[in-house]
Amino acid sequence: MGLDLSSDFAGDRIEAIVDEHINLEGPLLPILHAVQEDLGCIPQEALPVIASKLNLSRAEVHGVMSFYHDFREQPAGRHVVKICRAEACQSMGGDAIAEHAKRRFKIGFGETAPDGSVTLEAVYCLGLCACAPAAMVDGKVIGRVDEARIDAISSEVRS
Amino acid sequence: MTITVYIPGDSGAVALGADDVAQAIAGEAEKRGADIAVVRNGSRGLYWLEPMVEVATENGRIAYGPVSAGDVSALFDADFLSGGAHALSLGDPEEIPFLKSQTRLTFARCGIVDPLSLEDYEAHDGLKGLRKAVSMAASDIVQTVTDSGLRGRGGAGFPTGIKWKTVLDAAGPQKYIVCNADEGDSGTFADRMIMEGDPFVLIEGMAIAGLATAATKGYVYLRSEYPDAIRIMNAAIGIARDKGVLGASVLGSGKAFDIEVRVGAGAYVCGEETSLLNSLEGKRGVVRAKPPLPAHKGFLGRPTVINNVISLASVPVILDKGADHYRDFGMGRSRGTIPIQIAGNVKHGGLYETAFGLTLGEIVDEIGGGTATGRAVKAVQVGGPLGAYFPRELFDTPFDYEAFAGKDGLIGHAGIVVFDETADMMKQARFAFEFCAIESCGKCTPCRIGAVRGAETVDKIMQGIDQEKNLELVADLCNTMKFGSLCALGGFTPYPVMSALTHFPDDFRKNPYLQAAE
Repeated sequence: MGLDLSSDFAGDRIEAIVDEHINLEGPLLPILHAVQEDLGCIPQEALPVIASKLNLSRAEVHGVMSFYHDFREQPAGRHVVKICRAEACQSMGGDAIAEHAKRRFKIGFGETAPDGSVTLEAVYCLGLCACAPAAMVDGKVIGRVDEARIDAISSEVRS
Repeated sequence: MTITVYIPGDSGAVALGADDVAQAIAGEAEKRGADIAVVRNGSRGLYWLEPMVEVATENGRIAYGPVSAGDVSALFDADFLSGGAHALSLGDPEEIPFLKSQTRLTFARCGIVDPLSLEDYEAHDGLKGLRKAVSMAASDIVQTVTDSGLRGRGGAGFPTGIKWKTVLDAAGPQKYIVCNADEGDSGTFADRMIMEGDPFVLIEGMAIAGLATAATKGYVYLRSEYPDAIRIMNAAIGIARDKGVLGASVLGSGKAFDIEVRVGAGAYVCGEETSLLNSLEGKRGVVRAKPPLPAHKGFLGRPTVINNVISLASVPVILDKGADHYRDFGMGRSRGTIPIQIAGNVKHGGLYETAFGLTLGEIVDEIGGGTATGRAVKAVQVGGPLGAYFPRELFDTPFDYEAFAGKDGLIGHAGIVVFDETADMMKQARFAFEFCAIESCGKCTPCRIGAVRGAETVDKIMQGIDQEKNLELVADLCNTMKFGSLCALGGFTPYPVMSALTHFPDDFRKNPYLQAAE
């Protein structure tokens, strides 16, 4: 993270990731996941490197990357808070929790706080539908989220 | 003597604090010099009691729940390690009515065994189905699955045996088994639970499918929203490979089969089988037109079995106990058991595996215990975001593929989301369109444009603009989407919309000015 993406170093890293996965059947998604894991995002500069190694056009790689909600062109904040917006969570007051989170974090869904502390994202189902509403903070699952829990998460991610 | 303590590592239990409980129990045991071994088991699926801790005592397992980290010291004081009395004691977990009244075939081991112990798996009847399959001809395995009446548990309900036969009969040097673990429907978590709680049963089911169709490679396409399931499946596959369950010679049969987990990237539409195959190939998750069927031209254009997690995980017990044993459960053309997932605003939410045939009312009112908020039930959505909203008047509908279709609904992946009387069904109808718009792959026009226009039109109705005219437009739009879309995303979005409109017409005819004044 925090890499100078224009450097040869980042280019080498991406090439190494592609080489590591190139023998898989259908390697592109694993490659995109690995690049994002390594660099925190999939910068535009990575696309021609991946494309030439897989014998695809840059547009094809861009098309795949932009199709999936998970892949990001810009790095996320230091913390990522995902709140489930799907029906089971709606039935337990999820919409109000989502609104509260927006107010509390002072950002909308899909946005990152100006200080880079947190990114707020909508997610459609974490499979925690019997303990709704659900959220995920930096990959950690939380059930029966209420406003107090959102407040606690907010204090944690901003500290 | 070492006492075994079971603390679920299931992500539903973890979401309710199971990791904190595990840490507290380990700390307290060390402090008190208690000799314990902690097993992070799966969940039994009684989520209102999670984290549910179980202790293996001389008199069998005794459960306590819901346990929080703060309760741990008091539990030790009450000598819970010997099954001592405590306010949180639930006694023998198997005697809890929610669990006792179930018929657990697919979920027989879930919540009981250590998910990553192959020895434990085998001690609980694991690998029996695969051992039988190894000694059978491929066509006999297929016939057994066909005879069991098993139908695809992902939602479409297509007979699994027929799908397998098509792949067995298809010529090709390389065939595949693809497991659809892209469980994106809200209200469903059966796939997640089995992958986290009993991953070997899925591995065994896929290996049997491989032997039955001469496929040597399997993929589990697992959604990125399930990081714990990804970790556990990968670990279990590694163990299965080390122990010769997977690899060049499955259980010494000389037949090869191996599995790889592939992680999705947050696209709901990839739960649709052809879109999933494109995604697996590294393409945009765009739906393919059928034919050709995946059974003929699937992954990389080769013959492919693509089945849901629960379909594949139901195969080992069918092979082990026989087709008749499985087929004897159920009703009509819906044979065997179905893991119903009771979710949303419900008192007793969780996983309830039972034979087909219970009525919706029995599931919601008796097993689920009504709403969590204590208010009246207004509607239940059955089958995920593309399933219909059922009012109480239809609660006599039996849980069966055909019966639900007969009421303009679907059982889908068998998730049930309960809403209390505060739900606004117009808002839910709008969400159905909105969700379809967000997740549409964009290939066909009815879905791509219909969803956006649908949401806009519901917005107008909400604002009180030409309500009757716009309601007619919504119905017309739904008709176009239903019959003109390429896959179930656009084709089934009309189910939640039209059911909300049909069964809750008053919610669509509110005066926005009066509402604002309320």
